[in-house]
Amino acid sequence: MAQKGSLKRFSSIFLASSLILGALAGCSSSEGGTSESGGASEGDSSEVIKIGANLELSGAVASYGSSIATGAELAVEDINAAGGIDGKKIELIKVDNKSENSEATAAAIKLATQDKVAAMIGPATSGNMLATVQISNDNKIPVVGAAATAPNVTENEDGSINEYAFRTCFIDPFQGIVAANFATGELGAKNVAIYADNSSDYAKGLAASFKEQIEANGGKVVAEEAYVAKDTDFKSTLTRLKSAGAEFIFIPGYYEEVGLIVKQARELGIDVPLMGADGWDSPTLIELAGAEALNNTFITNHYSSNDPDEKIQSFVEAFKAKHNEAPNAFHALGYDTVFYIKDAIERAGSTDGEAIQKALAETKDLNLITGTFSVDEKHNPVKTATVLEFVDGNQTFNSKVNP
Amino acid sequence: MEWLQQLVNGISLGSIYALIALGYTMVYGIIKLINFAHGDVFMLGAFIGFYAIARWDMGFFPALIISMVVCAILGVIIERVAYKRLRNATRIAALITAIGVSLLIEYTVIFFRGASPEAYPGVLPNKSISILGANISTQSIFILGVTVVLMILLQFIVHKTKIGKAMRAVSHDADAARLMGINVDNTISATFAIGSALAGAAGVIFGVYYTKIDPLMGVLPGLKAFVAAVLGGIGSIPGAMVGGLVLGVVETVVSALGYSLWRDAAAFVILILILILKPSGIFGKNAREKV
Repeated sequence: MAQKGSLKRFSSIFLASSLILGALAGCSSSEGGTSESGGASEGDSSEVIKIGANLELSGAVASYGSSIATGAELAVEDINAAGGIDGKKIELIKVDNKSENSEATAAAIKLATQDKVAAMIGPATSGNMLATVQISNDNKIPVVGAAATAPNVTENEDGSINEYAFRTCFIDPFQGIVAANFATGELGAKNVAIYADNSSDYAKGLAASFKEQIEANGGKVVAEEAYVAKDTDFKSTLTRLKSAGAEFIFIPGYYEEVGLIVKQARELGIDVPLMGADGWDSPTLIELAGAEALNNTFITNHYSSNDPDEKIQSFVEAFKAKHNEAPNAFHALGYDTVFYIKDAIERAGSTDGEAIQKALAETKDLNLITGTFSVDEKHNPVKTATVLEFVDGNQTFNSKVNP
Repeated sequence: MEWLQQLVNGISLGSIYALIALGYTMVYGIIKLINFAHGDVFMLGAFIGFYAIARWDMGFFPALIISMVVCAILGVIIERVAYKRLRNATRIAALITAIGVSLLIEYTVIFFRGASPEAYPGVLPNKSISILGANISTQSIFILGVTVVLMILLQFIVHKTKIGKAMRAVSHDADAARLMGINVDNTISATFAIGSALAGAAGVIFGVYYTKIDPLMGVLPGLKAFVAAVLGGIGSIPGAMVGGLVLGVVETVVSALGYSLWRDAAAFVILILILILKPSGIFGKNAREKV
């Protein structure tokens, strides 16, 4: 009995201390998150427009969230230097959601109720973003995702729209459509094969939309194979694809496996064009596959820092001057998200959530770094995708493909 | 010549399983322990080879030898620290300890270098040779050659050397061997050293052939090698080789027929079938020499 008692006491002490620790951690992160310019009382004056940034600054996908934050900060600096929005400066309030759903919800509640932001930049990943859309709907504060590409972020399964959720990136299935148009249009391929990662919804969505579009374009899918993440040996399936006579292979998936697939495909003498989507975009891909094997492969992406477009090049130079590296797609999307919100606030002429929501939904032909877009009825931007080609291990700009 | 290509694919994959399975089967043959940490020694071997090649600019063979030596030492340390005191304990205690050691190794590596994958530098020239319509990379021929040489070397050690004789004696009857003046502890250490050295070699070969290594890479090949060892008859050296090659070819055939998502499942279906139908494995009958 005595043992039981002490165990109980120990567990209660443990619980209490973990609660205190948790509370402390919560305090420090929220304080660290508030940007330096002006406290809460000052923020209430009409001199600043507050925009919340609910981002993955630590945890599993911190590289995405931090890139978006860096891009957004640069945008805020640029806008403030140019006089702000109707003379008011923007204040960016960053909150770290630690790459977790529950933290993302808590951060959205904090931004909506305590900071009373005019609009929010949503978490980087679709899962974390989904955890915040209800808060936005309830508080009538728009949330704009920079990189949440899953269709269900803005459109529920029953077809209803999350009224206050928007995004600046295109959705997953769209890249499949672009790849299909590229295969039949630019490359003139008729018989294509699909080799998709069966363990990711992202890849399955891309494969489905690719197949649909290929058939609509008059092409034929001669083979459809699948692998799962963490596989290392793809040769037997690739041999099968080779003997099926594919002129083009679409490989939606992530760079870890794709790197090996490309290497092994070339070893087997498969020299047809291979194509993927933004999941390929990592320096590790080049290490795994080897620069030579990657020749004649293509990806769709949100943007390319090598795009000769003037607007993109001046953005790339400004970014390089500040951060000493070329901006990646997440930097560009973070930058664009702030400008998308700024444009909506200007047109709404108010910082009222409902007015901004209406303006965001009505956006037309907005010219941003990652493309010119209009918003469709499902709150997704309709914009061009960039096709990049790997040439000797470097991503080079190939073309822009319209949806 | 699709089938020839598929056969080549299967043998390349199977020879790596076979190399790992040899270590499993040797340790089991001697002390009846299923050493689940074996797959993680394989992973350590891959990383040691990686650092030798990428950081210290070594060639393939020096890296292979360094990796084998370090893995042999690690194998002996693992045996001395974790398994030796359990030699007379129940089998389940030893098995659970092996799983614990396995997790300890995996997460120690993750602690020191993170879980992200690493790309092996290309140390071997890689050209495709076309034979009867099948593309065979020079790399895979080379790797198959190294595997065969190591297996022959192992057969030589077990059958022609003094330590090999001692191993066979201990596996037959440890107490009798001790009475005959054989140092059982040293013999068991030697078994661990040789088995772990082979796992280390397999790690380097895997890295060169498949390019991608990560701290959890040993888990699935480790389990597959276990299946291969059981398939061939656990405790039997030729059994491990044959089991590995059969498993590699079966997995390839499953993918070649268009059931690529079933290939891992197929390996474990084989394990279940073999345990139901013929638990002693293919070479189970002549399992008298169990080293």
